[in-house]
Amino acid sequence: MSILIFPAVLSGLMMGAVYALVALGLTLIYGVLHIINFTHGSLLMLALYVVYFLHFYFHLDPYASIPIVLPLFFVLGYMLQRGLIAPMSRGAEQNVLLITLAISIMIDNLALYFWTSNTRTADIAYAYDTVEILGALLPLGRVISFAAALAVAPLLWAFMAYTRTGSAIRAVAIEKRGAELVGIDVDHTYAICFGIGTACVGLAACLLLPTFYVTPQVGYTFVLVAFTTVVLGGMGSLPGALVAGLLLGVIESLCGLMLGESLGQIGIFLAFILILLFKPSGLFGRGAR
Amino acid sequence: MKQIIDRRTLLKASGALAVGVSAPSVLRAQTPIVKVGVLEPLTGNLAYNGTQCAAGAKFAAEAINAAGGIKSMGGAKIELVVVDAQSRPEVAASAVDTLVQAEVCAFTGATASALGLASSQAAAKYNLAQVFSIGTAETVVSRGLPNVFRFTPGVNKCTSIALENLKLLNQGAGNVVKTAAVVHEDGPFGSNMAKILNEELPKQGIQVVETIPHPTPHRDFSNIALRVKASKADILIPSNYINEYTLMARALNQQRVELKAIYSILGGAASNIKFVRENNEVAQYVMDCNHWYDPTKAESKALAAKVAAAGLDMTYDVMVSYATVQVIADALERGASADRQKMIEALAASTFDKSIMPYGPTKFVNGDNINSQPVNTQIRGDKIELVFPKQYASAEAVFPIPAKKN
Repeated sequence: MSILIFPAVLSGLMMGAVYALVALGLTLIYGVLHIINFTHGSLLMLALYVVYFLHFYFHLDPYASIPIVLPLFFVLGYMLQRGLIAPMSRGAEQNVLLITLAISIMIDNLALYFWTSNTRTADIAYAYDTVEILGALLPLGRVISFAAALAVAPLLWAFMAYTRTGSAIRAVAIEKRGAELVGIDVDHTYAICFGIGTACVGLAACLLLPTFYVTPQVGYTFVLVAFTTVVLGGMGSLPGALVAGLLLGVIESLCGLMLGESLGQIGIFLAFILILLFKPSGLFGRGAR
Repeated sequence: MKQIIDRRTLLKASGALAVGVSAPSVLRAQTPIVKVGVLEPLTGNLAYNGTQCAAGAKFAAEAINAAGGIKSMGGAKIELVVVDAQSRPEVAASAVDTLVQAEVCAFTGATASALGLASSQAAAKYNLAQVFSIGTAETVVSRGLPNVFRFTPGVNKCTSIALENLKLLNQGAGNVVKTAAVVHEDGPFGSNMAKILNEELPKQGIQVVETIPHPTPHRDFSNIALRVKASKADILIPSNYINEYTLMARALNQQRVELKAIYSILGGAASNIKFVRENNEVAQYVMDCNHWYDPTKAESKALAAKVAAAGLDMTYDVMVSYATVQVIADALERGASADRQKMIEALAASTFDKSIMPYGPTKFVNGDNINSQPVNTQIRGDKIELVFPKQYASAEAVFPIPAKKN
């Protein structure tokens, strides 16, 4: 068993990077704007289908589809927030919850109707390629996801910290009325943030497809872990989402190895409960304001 | 020009309209209809299998109706009432109420044992027969419910036949397989099978060196592949659903796990042409002992053509669901009634031998069809070949797997 611990930790880190990628978009929407976005899993599924079909019909490599999928999902997210969620919710949080849930159900069922429940996997030449690190074999796709998560989280953080749009998003998150008073277009800023969050989901899909399958239910496989990652890392904290994602990946992997795969997820939720008990603001959270 | 409609004209027009509107229902009433339920997971984790099963039932109903319907009931046409179990046992149980309200005479379902256990328990309250399309866990037939009819083989039979065939294969290859790893989904079906394998494999001289349960869905099989590799097992015996099977096969390949064979029992993907198409490299020589039709029968060939024309994959789900509707239709034909109790009696007395499955005449003992049997398939190139029993075989089995060329 002991010889399996090192590969299991590495494998957990790789899987954790996937969790972090999915959670990055959510931490912007859920963590910063406090929008409980039930569409997150459905949008991930939608993005996976887009990447899959770009590969299937146009032979476009999933990584090469990033320049298409990223802007496409930014626009989709922007329009969802500006055209549906904002006007229908009228600012009430419970309405947002119901609307995102309704959109999610619609997306899932439309996917089921048009694409059926068939499991699809992209037949990619490098799907079985591995990278050897100190004797441990890691799937190439997962290693690329890991590198991407390490690169994207600081980039997003820098965007939020040093750009006018990032400052506007933070201002809106902290004090909506105040932001409005200093001339920030709150509706536009909300939509921009939702768009960025959705673009992150698109990126996650491009990085996930080479190693995973697509079905109309695939979003649910990741969304619960993504919510856990956001809360564990600290609401709205991008470095927190990255660290929490990686941590959860390793915890799940080691618990799976030690306690059996069926109990692997116990570790995730145990860590979640412990963090909520002893540091409710999350690993990188700033505490209640 | 102004037109005035008087009372008499209005009455005439209304009368004509009423006749016109009611005419289709009068015409419909002339063709008797008998309702058969299809309770499958059309959404959720098992949606693929459930949708395939629903398609199989639809093809069967179409074929039966095209052949004149239920003749003893005046050529009654079978009308399917399809309900979604959502891959959740509690929903499967409540969906039975919908079927009862729709006045079905019996129903088929429900892909997974956990769903079928819940639905048949609920159906027992209404004395409504469930003919299981797939329900391999032995608890399906061990509860003494008179409304349960499992047409396809359960996990005990599948496992014992699979083990018997494995023994023959291993003997033929000079007993090269001495150790085995078992990877299974942790529901009733997989757990039941793992228990049997742990009891029976040592009797064949094969030691079980690893038994690894996993949940459904499961996102990462790297650890499982590592454990199989570390166990140095000669053979891997997996039993899980298609999504997990696909990820598992990829992880085994990535971790360079060298095995003499992958021998599935009721494998979710090993008898699935979609898996073969999309994961051809890792799928090669994977063997499975599973539900499969008799490809030599004319009706099987007709079904295969219809499935291809519909752009669907020919999976065992389609086959077994087709066959269970055939069984229900035969019971209706003999019982000449859609009454629930009469259906149970007719099913219990079934000796049906014209299904598309390679079974003998149906004989339900405590709800279990004792004349059902699984067959062995093997993936070869881009095809799934039938390798056991010999009378249906389309290819010779390759065992053990040829060594990979580096």
